[in-house]
Amino acid sequence: MTRYVIRRILQAIPLLIIISAILFLLANEMGDPLASFGGRRRIRSSDRERLTRQLGLDQPVMVQYLIWLVGNDWMQIDVDGDGTPDEYGTRRGVLRGDFGTSFMEKRPVLEIIGERFKNTMILMITAEIVILFFAFWIGIYSALRQYSFVDNVVTTFSFVGYSMPVFWLGLILMYVFSVNFKRWGLPYFPTVGMYDLAVGPTIPQIAWHLVLPVTTIAIISIAGYSRYVRSQMLEVINQDYIRTAHSKGLPDRWVITRHALKNAALPLITIIGMDLPLLIAGATVTESIFAWPGMGRLYWDATQDTDIPVLMGILVIISVLVVVFQIITDITYTFLDPRIRYE
Amino acid sequence: MSSTTTDSTDVTWKSLEIAERPPLTPTQVAWRRFRRHKMAIAGIFMLVAIILYVTVGTFFFTEAEANYTDLSIKLSPPSLEHPFGTDMVGRDLFARTIYGGQISIIIGLFAVFVSIILGVLIGAVSGYYGGATDSVLMRFTEAMFNIPSLFLLIILGKVLSGKIANFNLLGRSFSGSVVVIIAVIGITSWMYLARIVRANVLSLKEQEFITAARCTGTSNFSIIFSHILPNTTAPIIVSATLLVAAAILAEAYVSFLGVGVQPPTPTWGNMLDQAYHHLEREPWMWFFPGVLILMTVLGINFVGDGLRDALDPRALSESE
Repeated sequence: MTRYVIRRILQAIPLLIIISAILFLLANEMGDPLASFGGRRRIRSSDRERLTRQLGLDQPVMVQYLIWLVGNDWMQIDVDGDGTPDEYGTRRGVLRGDFGTSFMEKRPVLEIIGERFKNTMILMITAEIVILFFAFWIGIYSALRQYSFVDNVVTTFSFVGYSMPVFWLGLILMYVFSVNFKRWGLPYFPTVGMYDLAVGPTIPQIAWHLVLPVTTIAIISIAGYSRYVRSQMLEVINQDYIRTAHSKGLPDRWVITRHALKNAALPLITIIGMDLPLLIAGATVTESIFAWPGMGRLYWDATQDTDIPVLMGILVIISVLVVVFQIITDITYTFLDPRIRYE
Repeated sequence: MSSTTTDSTDVTWKSLEIAERPPLTPTQVAWRRFRRHKMAIAGIFMLVAIILYVTVGTFFFTEAEANYTDLSIKLSPPSLEHPFGTDMVGRDLFARTIYGGQISIIIGLFAVFVSIILGVLIGAVSGYYGGATDSVLMRFTEAMFNIPSLFLLIILGKVLSGKIANFNLLGRSFSGSVVVIIAVIGITSWMYLARIVRANVLSLKEQEFITAARCTGTSNFSIIFSHILPNTTAPIIVSATLLVAAAILAEAYVSFLGVGVQPPTPTWGNMLDQAYHHLEREPWMWFFPGVLILMTVLGINFVGDGLRDALDPRALSESE
């Protein structure tokens, strides 16, 4: 098992390096990072030259990538632009945990991402709990009553949820529960932000601000998951061992949770494991309409400003998360199905 | 191959028992099952309605009308004259949804065309040749899978934006960004298809008819394209259908974020990009394009689900 995990991690490293190289090339093609440097003012050409040198943007892209990856504290760089290298660099490179400094905010990338990551996690973990709760509930219910009226209604609705653009659903929820509730004098939900600036980030405030974004994400995702739970359950409940369990006189509830669900959950683990990191990314649109200060929103701002260090930081962290979750998924498998062994 | 044979023999046996009818071809079997799928039929009706809407609509409104601005009537709510209201420069939203719909659907179809070509080629080559080719291609596929596609869409959209000039086709001018978005969506959506095709090729290439083809000296190219791929059309059709829905949604997302198709060419997606500013007072500006996207995507998903059931060889007993 340990060897399997180590091998998986070793395999993942070249993969991550390839991904990051491709992304770095693309990110550098996106535009001029210095364009939005001086805010509204245009920066002078002498300043531009100096900044380009200081940020290392005068180097060829592959050199920039290497510096991003392994740092530049082992080589001398030309800071004053007189053509002779004069001092050692200060960057230590991603491989040694230095993600660089944001072009826009002039702060370490990890610090910025860390703040935003927390907010995204609050949003996504809440959403994921809501999604799983309803998906299992709906999925099991409609599997046990296949082709019943309720099953058909639920199926149709799950397709509708699945086919809706996230932002459009968000707008509709905002329009109904925020704009119109306010007009009708009902208690209304806030549309933007994480908390009321006047009150501060208290738990009730955050919970109140979570309602609409979480509902939006949940409606879209419950659909797919519950369909999946349903089809998995249907496959399992027709198996012989379920009939055996019933004929032993076990209570229905016990058969469903202990015998059926445990086996039906196995393929679901893969889906959830693969989806989690993507959910974080998928929040880009949701976060941008609800002005939720999370990572998706940060990513979007970074692309607008061509803030390459932040952009790359987010992409690398998500890629690492994807790989880590894949490994965790594989390990969870062995617990749920002892027949599975990894060599 | 084996799956389709079991299908027809099964049906032959069944139909012989019920009434003495000639055996049905696999296509007929699939069509019969598809017809029984209520949601799929509803999906077909929805799609026909949408296609009529975006085609017949052009006889009532010219493209010039769709782009005609009249500031004196800007932001007017839906009325008899402007059923969907007007936008911030007084363009008629009804006419714009007609032309925008055409572009959105074209983007969806062409993007999927790109991703089928990429997915089928990469999947088939990787599955057929195996070995180092397979490892390299599959690592690449995995790498593409690891990056959230929306993130890639945004980066690629920004990299390529403005690189393609506007062009004229069939007497209409299109923004170059249409081509960019088609390419970008295609490039970010082929991975799943590649995996399906690879899995199918892996199992098919071990079968006797492929060995037979190889014995007669058939070239690899012809084995892949005329012996293996025709036998894996069913999963390709199903996932391509669902991909069209995903592509139309992807267009809406990138356009909503402002890196999609650039004006004046309307699409359902970019009609929504200013939506946020009109949330409270002008809900018609974002409501109608969204409904049309929903209807189209829903219709396609219904049809895709029906196709999956109809073409799935294992589903026979369940639907009979």
